[in-house]
Amino acid sequence: MNFAEQLPVLPIITPLVMAPVTLLLPKGRAPWAWATLASWLTFAACVFLLREVSASSAGFISYHLGDWAPPLGIEYRVDLANALVLLLVSGIASLVFPFAYRSVQLEIDERQSSLFYGALLICMTGLLGVTITGDAFNVFVFLEISSLSTYALIAMGARRDRRALTASFNYLVMGTIGATFFVIGIGLLYQATGTLNMADLHDKLAGNHSRVVDAGFAFIVVGMGLKLAMFPMHLWLPNAYTYAPSAVSAFIAATATKVAVYVLIRFLYSIFGFDFSFMGSAFTFVLLPLGLAGMFVASFVAVFQDDVKRMLAYSSVAQIGYMLLGLSFATVEGLTASLVHVFNHALMKGALFMAVACVVLRAGSHSVEAFAGLARRMPFTTWAFILSGLSLIGVPLTVGFISKWYLLQAAFAAGHWYAGFLIVASSLIALLYVGRIVEVMVLREPAEEGKYAIPARDAPLSMLIPMWIMVAANIYFGVNTELTGEIARRAAEALMMVAGGAP
Amino acid sequence: MERLILRVTTKLLFAPIILFALYVQFHGDYGPGGGFQAGVIFAVAFILHAFCYGLDETKKAVPQKALTVAMVIGLLFYVGTGVATMLLGANLLGYDSIDPDSTHHAGQHYGILLVEWGVGMCVASTMMTIFYHFTGREPDINQEDW
Amino acid sequence: MEWFDFVLERYNYWIVIILMMTGLYIVFARGNLVKKIVGLNLFQTSVFIYYLTIGKIAGGTAPIYVGGELDHGGGHGEEAPGHDAPGHDAPQGSDASLHETPEGASDHVNDLFGGEAGSDKIANDFASNDLKETLKDFQAQGAAAPTGGEASLHTPPEGVDGKIANDAFQNIKKPESIEFSIGDGHEAGANSLADAVHQASEVIYTNPLPHVLILTAIVVGVATTAVGLALAVRIREAYGTIEEDELEVIDNVAEFGEEARARAEGAAS
Repeated sequence: MNFAEQLPVLPIITPLVMAPVTLLLPKGRAPWAWATLASWLTFAACVFLLREVSASSAGFISYHLGDWAPPLGIEYRVDLANALVLLLVSGIASLVFPFAYRSVQLEIDERQSSLFYGALLICMTGLLGVTITGDAFNVFVFLEISSLSTYALIAMGARRDRRALTASFNYLVMGTIGATFFVIGIGLLYQATGTLNMADLHDKLAGNHSRVVDAGFAFIVVGMGLKLAMFPMHLWLPNAYTYAPSAVSAFIAATATKVAVYVLIRFLYSIFGFDFSFMGSAFTFVLLPLGLAGMFVASFVAVFQDDVKRMLAYSSVAQIGYMLLGLSFATVEGLTASLVHVFNHALMKGALFMAVACVVLRAGSHSVEAFAGLARRMPFTTWAFILSGLSLIGVPLTVGFISKWYLLQAAFAAGHWYAGFLIVASSLIALLYVGRIVEVMVLREPAEEGKYAIPARDAPLSMLIPMWIMVAANIYFGVNTELTGEIARRAAEALMMVAGGAP
Repeated sequence: MERLILRVTTKLLFAPIILFALYVQFHGDYGPGGGFQAGVIFAVAFILHAFCYGLDETKKAVPQKALTVAMVIGLLFYVGTGVATMLLGANLLGYDSIDPDSTHHAGQHYGILLVEWGVGMCVASTMMTIFYHFTGREPDINQEDW
Repeated sequence: MEWFDFVLERYNYWIVIILMMTGLYIVFARGNLVKKIVGLNLFQTSVFIYYLTIGKIAGGTAPIYVGGELDHGGGHGEEAPGHDAPGHDAPQGSDASLHETPEGASDHVNDLFGGEAGSDKIANDFASNDLKETLKDFQAQGAAAPTGGEASLHTPPEGVDGKIANDAFQNIKKPESIEFSIGDGHEAGANSLADAVHQASEVIYTNPLPHVLILTAIVVGVATTAVGLALAVRIREAYGTIEEDELEVIDNVAEFGEEARARAEGAAS
């Protein structure tokens, strides 16, 4: 076996082989340790893959499954854009898995814990598969692998709050409609071109203007819009994130919607490209206004939430608005900003949801009251929350600032100066909702009695260390933008070149 | 004896259904058939058994624990074949590496049969697990309340 | 009435659209969670039909490999319901040859294959092929029909493995009517087998890819249904109902107290 040659498939096959084994392991620590090992191995493979891709002269690595040559066979095609997302997903996973142990011990029935870790590994496999594949239908298959395990994982929150069940059910209905729309779209594209390979689709769609392709485009955008919680189609998201087990919230909030955004970028830029007739109008009339609307409406709703997880969930919808905004500028700068924000937002939301998980472990709740006076009782958790909260607002020296800086530059460069002002304005709303929680944490007196009276003990080290690594990443990538900014720009340039320049 | 006809019919049908499942299973390489269909047919035999003899009897024959193991082994069979081809020097699921000297791609047959076997095991045990869990739930409301 | 034809010709698309809209309507309009799952299933089924529509090629057979290198897979008969008897498991080659036998035989064949539209189509397909040319080829190869019909079937034209062809023949000849038909027209039968095998590489298939895709999508659909129903079961255990509006009231009561129920009832009346 040639390690370098098989590298592109390792991020998929490693968790896929290791996930079923968790079911056979004895209860207790073993499933967790095994799953953590799997996530670390996957992360290592993704790091190697990114290095390999960024060194390769062609700009991408192609891997043929079963030695069947594309466009007939399924191809894994790794370029910088998806290598970055792969690194992100596996990186978040490699932090969430060690983090999850104590949280899962509290929130999940012990008999289900091996199923839980197995499902989480399968979910990760699905997300990585969506990212890595170069075959349009394969995207659907992996998407459903990850979605189905996500539904099950969210429903496991029912042990603490039965509303997890209805949340999961709604997500299932919406997610399935989204995925089915996506399949219809792919079917229409297949009907028009006779191919499913992304690169081949791009070639065959060039100059192919028919209503079939137009309809396919619409179905794919709507289907993916449902999956990535694009503003008016986000209704499944707040409940799903709120009632899911804390570790699951941290994982899917940081990865699932980001991967869907990546798929949208991939389809818009790598498959349809700019000579596609609807492209311009899709950007100006759909993605740009919906992105802006999401930024404001969802942020505004977030301010009034009494539940911290739900507040963060609405903030996620708002942040997705930024990503859509960036990619709708249809410039290299805009796309760079979008990719950078995909990466950075995962870091900040991961850290924030981890902090909430720590609070849930000690205080047993994620409502705002449970956060009262936390600064005195759980200082490490509080500071992690504050720092990543600042990052969410976009304070300099954090990743949030970097993404907003890129986004502002892109907005002004693309001539959307009003969008620039709106970005700043919505950041102020973020200041409002994060500030509100921070105020409660730092200034409010801790409850001495009642159900939120918590022992003066911080979260265990097994949770604090992964959380602080995540916070450190928030600051490190905020100071040193070389990795994310540089890779995202090169990835954006490559995507733009395939798409055929500005319209 | 209660439901005698049903029980005798089930006894008569059980073996042919399993046989048919195996037939479909091993025709998966070049014909209609394969693991998905075979797995479902295989599970149907046991579900029929559960209908006529009661779930407890079926659970005695095929306990849930065994199904979990079969599910895992089935999936491992599948990915294991893929990993084996990788170790043999081909890409994932590059079946030709199983029998590289064959002039008419015999490796493709062996490969797909192995994979289908894994799929069949996995699907059969998953279907039965789903059935066990749906029917094994205690009904907590009266029949009239439905 | 051109538009009328235009509409009628695309009847399968209309079925897809109607099913799709019905499914979506059920998902959104029904409050019962199980009915929602049913709607979702209907919606997905419409997509399956749509994919099959894409794959259809007029006059094409089911995408099941029929011939060419018979030593590869053995052969498998036309897939149709009820074809599980061993006698039906014949390579397409011999299947076609039976269709070419003189009058009378084809009746038996139709009996055997249950007279499905599918097998008729194949019969037509083969009938339309240019018999003469291939016949010439066949004779030029020096493998002209030997004496017995059965023996001729053993002669492997174009690298067909005799043994498998033989096995297949053994299978097919079990029903007596077939034995008769072959015996009756042995010369023609022999020729046309070779012909059929020769032709096999030119058989028109419907596009197999959408079938494969949709098989995958069906599996995904089954999994989704299972998860959805499992959730519905759990919801009923946790709440005692699977009606969406009742669930909402129960949640609101749990969160805001009894006034939420009063408000909900006020809104209802």
